[in-house]
Amino acid sequence: MDVIGHLYQGFAVALEPANLFWCFVGVFLGTIIGVLPGLGPAATIAMLLPLTFQMNTTSAIIMLAGIYYGSKYGGSTTSILLNVPGESASVVTCFDGYQMAKQGRAGPALGIAAIASFVAGTVGVVALMLVAPPVARLALSFSSPEYFALMCLGLAMVVLLAGASLLKALLAMLVGLWIAGMGTDLFTSTSRFTFGHAELLDGIDFVVVAIGVFALGEVLANMEMRGGARMLPVPKGLRNLLPTWQDLKDCRFAFLNGSVIGFLIGVLPGAGSTIASFISYGVEKAVSKRPEKFGTGVPEGVAAPEGANNSETGGALVPMLTLGIPGSGTTAILLAALILWGLKPGPLMIQDNPSLFWGLVASMYIGNVMLLVLNLPLIPLFAQILRLPAYALYPVIFGISLVGVYSVSGSLFDVWMLAAFGLLGYAMRRLDYPAAPLILGLVLGDAMERALRQSLMMSQGELSILVARPVSATMLFLAVLLLATPLFKKANALRVKAIEQAD
Amino acid sequence: MSGAILAGLGIYIVTEARGWEYLGPDGPGPGFFPLWYGITIIVLSLVLVGRNVMARASEPAAATNWREVGRALAAWAGLAACVGLLKVLGFLLAFALFSFFLVAVMYRRPLAPSAAIALGMALGFYLVFPVALNVPLPTGRLGF
Repeated sequence: MDVIGHLYQGFAVALEPANLFWCFVGVFLGTIIGVLPGLGPAATIAMLLPLTFQMNTTSAIIMLAGIYYGSKYGGSTTSILLNVPGESASVVTCFDGYQMAKQGRAGPALGIAAIASFVAGTVGVVALMLVAPPVARLALSFSSPEYFALMCLGLAMVVLLAGASLLKALLAMLVGLWIAGMGTDLFTSTSRFTFGHAELLDGIDFVVVAIGVFALGEVLANMEMRGGARMLPVPKGLRNLLPTWQDLKDCRFAFLNGSVIGFLIGVLPGAGSTIASFISYGVEKAVSKRPEKFGTGVPEGVAAPEGANNSETGGALVPMLTLGIPGSGTTAILLAALILWGLKPGPLMIQDNPSLFWGLVASMYIGNVMLLVLNLPLIPLFAQILRLPAYALYPVIFGISLVGVYSVSGSLFDVWMLAAFGLLGYAMRRLDYPAAPLILGLVLGDAMERALRQSLMMSQGELSILVARPVSATMLFLAVLLLATPLFKKANALRVKAIEQAD
Repeated sequence: MSGAILAGLGIYIVTEARGWEYLGPDGPGPGFFPLWYGITIIVLSLVLVGRNVMARASEPAAATNWREVGRALAAWAGLAACVGLLKVLGFLLAFALFSFFLVAVMYRRPLAPSAAIALGMALGFYLVFPVALNVPLPTGRLGF
């Protein structure tokens, strides 16, 4: 009853004309960037973050979240028409989606992807709504040692699944912690790692690093080559996009499977939608009456991964909103956005900002309906975006990045830092260092150091406080166990297989 | 190579952290956390270097495609030049030149359409940011 009352309040917020408008802008932009290979939601949200500082915070989070889940709808279009996933999470959709397109069934494949996204995306929001408040109540009992242990566990999971080389992922995370530590120490006012620059006394703005590493790094990597992929014909007209009754019947278990697996995997930090879509595809194949047909163009091979990919969003928002622990690069940027707007993501977030949380949840229901309406009839139109030449798109991304960073501080020093982090982002891609652990280290670095120092103040310098409390001891033990995975051959083989498939 | 650079970074962090208080009467000082992650960076990067050396001894590394790297670095150099010119020419002119470089040089489009795209980009940014959104752009010595 309580949930229904809150949800009613949330719809009152989400249905305000301004919030409806920003929800539409978010899901529309999300679909476009989902369609465009090489430009992901993390980069787009980072680029647009500075522009949200003049907005109402509820409208801003509704728009940014719209980009996040909207991109997942759009990601399937390129997988099906080009055999090129718009997002890494749409890799699995290529297997059967592209085969269906080659058989002249691109329309039903795109239609099934949109319907699966809608069904599972909505289930993900229902689960978020039901699971987040109890998790927040549980986390209210946490003190500094538990928070430190929780952040260690979150980082360990992200590091474990971020790249084939655990060493490189760990090093990227540690560099993130170092960047987070730059500036004036809040406990003692000591300036750290400022290289004598007064501009660094306040630390490096998160926006500068996120836009540099994600947006510029991604564009520079894409600019290594001049060419593009060849697209299959786009079906025209709504009738040609609707799947048959038999297609929907074949997909009924896939809708459920994708919804449940996507949400559960989403709650775990680090796993992400790519792994969720692979697991969902694997489960669908395992329980299917015709597993041998998978990979040849079966509709359930499209529905299961697309469903999991979309349901994962609801799951990923649970730890971000209730614990302040993001599980991926994109949720790290969303978390940083909440902090930059003056909010405190954590157990009190829902209690202190009910209109923001419930408004966001309600907007996600509305956004999913908007996406279904947008995606079914307008897929042919969105697919035309793929014809946009790179030489027209990339200058726009560079320009928005420069203006975005300059608009935050009005400092050309920050614009130089942006260029430097762009080069770092490119080098990381080139040398196979994953970017997500760096961004997570950067977002959590300050809070992690604060929690550790507060814990040690409580114990007068005794490190044993971290293992003397059962909850923090369990989480630290799990973190160590996760990081020790490469020592166990079978477990490491599974880890590497999951990452290789995700790549 | 990247391992050696990271080891150098770790040494720098540890050296700096040793200059700050490690443990004071109120608990850990500003040097406590950086000292530990600095040491961890040194250890992990040395392991990375060691592994790479051993891997190269058994199997030579895949050749780097310098043509691809060169294209990306050329685009970055254009960006750096654009940032350097912001103070002198202002955003609109510097960005138009950078866009022209990307379209005409990096993507080898004919000069006239490239110039039109570059000018269109600059005009578009002017209309969207200062005019429509009231977001200021860096101005140069020419006053815009």
